[in-house]
Amino acid sequence: MQIEFNLNGQAVSADVEPRTTLADCIRNDFGQTGTHLACEHGVCGACTVLVNGEAVRSCLLLAVQVQNDKVVTIEGLSGDELTPLQAAFRKHHALQCGFCTPGFITTAHALLSHEPDADEDRIRDVLSGNLCRCSGYVPIVEAVLEARSSYRDSGSK
Amino acid sequence: MKVFNSYIGRPMERVEDLRMVRGRGTYVADVNRPNQLYAVILRSSTAHGIIKSIDSSEALALAGVHHVLTAKDLGNEVPLIPLRLQPLPQLEPFHQPVLADKKVRYVGEPIAVVIAESAAIAEDALERIALEIDPLPAVATRAQAEAKRSVLFEGHGSNVAITWKAFRGDADEAFKTADYVRRETFRVQRHAAMFMEPRGFVAEWDEAAGKLTVWGAAKTAWYNRRTLAAQLGLELEAVDLIEVDVGGGFGSRGEFYPEDYLIPAAARIVGRPVKWTEDRREHIMSANHARDVECDVEFAATRDGRFIGLRGQIWSDIGAYIRTNGSVGPRNVAQYMSGPYCMEHIDLKSSMLTTNKTPCGTYRGPGRYETDFIRERMIDLAAQDLKIDRVELRRRNLVADAQMPYTLASITPYDSSTELDSGDYHAVFDRCLKEFGWEERSKLRGQSIDGYYHGLAIGSFIEGGAAGPKEEVRLVLETDGALSVYMGSSSVGQGLETIMAQIAADAMEIPYEKITILHGSTSYVKDGYGAYHSRSTVMGGSAILLGAEKLKELIQQTAAQRLGCKSEEVVIDGEQASFGGNHIAFAGLSETPLEVEAAFFNKKYTWAYGTQAAHVAVDPGTGHVKVIDVMSVEDVGRMINPLTLHGQAIGSIVQGLGGAFLEHLVYDDEGQLLTGSFADYLMPTASDFPSIRSVTLELKPCPNNPLGAKGAGEGGLIPIGGLMANAVADALSHLNVQPMELPLSPPRIWQLVEEAEAARARA
Ligand code: FES
Ligand code: FES
Repeated sequence: MQIEFNLNGQAVSADVEPRTTLADCIRNDFGQTGTHLACEHGVCGACTVLVNGEAVRSCLLLAVQVQNDKVVTIEGLSGDELTPLQAAFRKHHALQCGFCTPGFITTAHALLSHEPDADEDRIRDVLSGNLCRCSGYVPIVEAVLEARSSYRDSGSK
Repeated sequence: MKVFNSYIGRPMERVEDLRMVRGRGTYVADVNRPNQLYAVILRSSTAHGIIKSIDSSEALALAGVHHVLTAKDLGNEVPLIPLRLQPLPQLEPFHQPVLADKKVRYVGEPIAVVIAESAAIAEDALERIALEIDPLPAVATRAQAEAKRSVLFEGHGSNVAITWKAFRGDADEAFKTADYVRRETFRVQRHAAMFMEPRGFVAEWDEAAGKLTVWGAAKTAWYNRRTLAAQLGLELEAVDLIEVDVGGGFGSRGEFYPEDYLIPAAARIVGRPVKWTEDRREHIMSANHARDVECDVEFAATRDGRFIGLRGQIWSDIGAYIRTNGSVGPRNVAQYMSGPYCMEHIDLKSSMLTTNKTPCGTYRGPGRYETDFIRERMIDLAAQDLKIDRVELRRRNLVADAQMPYTLASITPYDSSTELDSGDYHAVFDRCLKEFGWEERSKLRGQSIDGYYHGLAIGSFIEGGAAGPKEEVRLVLETDGALSVYMGSSSVGQGLETIMAQIAADAMEIPYEKITILHGSTSYVKDGYGAYHSRSTVMGGSAILLGAEKLKELIQQTAAQRLGCKSEEVVIDGEQASFGGNHIAFAGLSETPLEVEAAFFNKKYTWAYGTQAAHVAVDPGTGHVKVIDVMSVEDVGRMINPLTLHGQAIGSIVQGLGGAFLEHLVYDDEGQLLTGSFADYLMPTASDFPSIRSVTLELKPCPNNPLGAKGAGEGGLIPIGGLMANAVADALSHLNVQPMELPLSPPRIWQLVEEAEAARARA
């Protein structure tokens, strides 16, 4: 099937089988491999991308479901400079192996875009849908807490 | 005034992060080769049985399917996977064949490999393979193994593979005269490393060059290259294993698994690159499991609380085959049960049982997590029996600074003598009490607040690191003055590039930014060892120091010719070589890169050590435990990067909490795995354990390496199981609830409470 959508600011189209997931489409058809797959059954959040600004699990969505939508992956969040959220992840050592990181950053970005004043409990609650095996989460939460100010300053992105 | 580089000890932000936070890392699933095919693996859904027939004809008939590989394709002898560690001949009967050969012994065992144009086609084809297996009774528990419900290896005649024996002093004599002896049984459940990035490989065979390249190596690339080359009948130089970004290891990833052979072999057969990525269900049933231990042990002490000895029997369920490092856990449970305490008399046997379950290997703190649970529980029980405060009891028995080096129990049948190298265990113990606020919090012990009873626990641990025998590096001063460091150490996500650049920058007095660390691929150095046993910093880092000395000599020699002086007269300072007022910058010093090789040899383990304290609150009505605080204090001798080390400690503790409360690989009595997804295998999430603290000290540098560093990063998790069980027992002391088994899941604690209440009603 032919699909068209906007991927990281570019209009794209692809010919996919109906059973192709959005994750596979992004990774294989468009070579954007920052979106990771760790469970493919909707539990770990590693594959989280933004569809029209909402954090969704691209392993659970079919590519054909994003027809005409706006999809942003980890690659689409920043240019060569790190965003304040990415810089905070680095500063707080919120990643070790980095495999879960794109999913955490996209999830946190969606959260802070809607709720730049989210408190620690709210942040932990939202992030509890993503698994990280390395960090113990403490530094991830610290990083997201710190990044809040940049979302307040710039308003909702 | 001369200012020396001082990157070591600074919380440098990681080099790796720049690519990883932007989605620019390259993990093995991101590697693609032109013209590649895809492999998927048919795995046994029967726990134990005889393979009657495999018919692939319908699978092969599907358009896009290139090949179906079965044991028959592998000639008369299906290659076996040798042991990387403790390669005892008596374990040879239990080596795993790369494809099930006539018999299947666990759910998940590879039976056939389908190679097709796409993973989807290969998966479709998998369903068309007609497989006939005659089931045999399965062995899924110790009772079934001992009763020989089946014998997994008929030739061996028993399900006990081998028995390790840890010994010291004369336990039988000591137990005869001991004032106090208590005997108990304990159990630690099967769980696993469960790193986030699934395993995978891309293999490419270049027929013209006779060269095999495999992407996806981790941990022990050089050893795996030797194994693979031997199995395929290739020269070592004909095989290159390439390490790309690795999404976590924790001991499990990078060991030689069946797929390490199957995917390269498939690529060679079909003559095109082949890619394989496992899915999570496959991972859970095929990558190493760990920790499945039961024991029946006795603990002896004097009336005034001096530890005397440990004696007893341990059973380690190793699963269906022995994996490359499958003896490490069973050995460690026995050899390290005494931990950081004086224990003069030890007689512990640890039997490795074969069962129809996924084979076991190491997972962070192998054997140590289990044995610390057993020991620390025993100590709290003894404190209660002897009416001695448990803090005081531990303090009385910690190995004292003056007793160092302190020899641990000997072990057979594969000797690995070791001694605690250095440390002020008491200082760290007291520091932990203080940081934790033990005295203040003690007021809450046993109190009920909002339906939750509060309890505390404390425990000490040792953490072995820095396994030898050596590590290699190659240092190259590029013509532009940049430094490339090629290493045999490998990264499994712990920040190796950053830490090694810090060490190299200080050693060479070159800015950190000018250093590139290249690691883990077999093309970089002749012989590397890799990342296991918390060894990279000590072994790889020490090798860099040796390499830097050699490189400086080479720079002096090279510069001396141009400066017209003797080599030893050349002064190296600030990226230049100088003599008598003339300077030559490193950039442009030589027209060709200057290159040296160095190796660091070491046979002695390092022993980091620490103490942890915990505060929990337990709801006896639901069995739910809130972890209110964990404080860990550890002495690592010397810290290279406090930021990454702190991260290792916190991450490790939370993994340990997963093992203490949540994680459990459950099998039914027929050997069927019941927890094959993240929906069933529960791991810690961001909301489970918010308050975890860690303090790292540099009290006693390690005497056995030039850095003074001790391998660290596993430690945090080691005492957690025992600590949590003791804290729960403390909280529910009014009921005398005594957990003897992990995990401390709500149903288990609820049941213990019910039993305790019933016992009280009877009394
Ligand atoms: S890969 Fe999509 S949620 Fe795990
Ligand atoms: S950093 Fe490794 S899984 Fe999160």
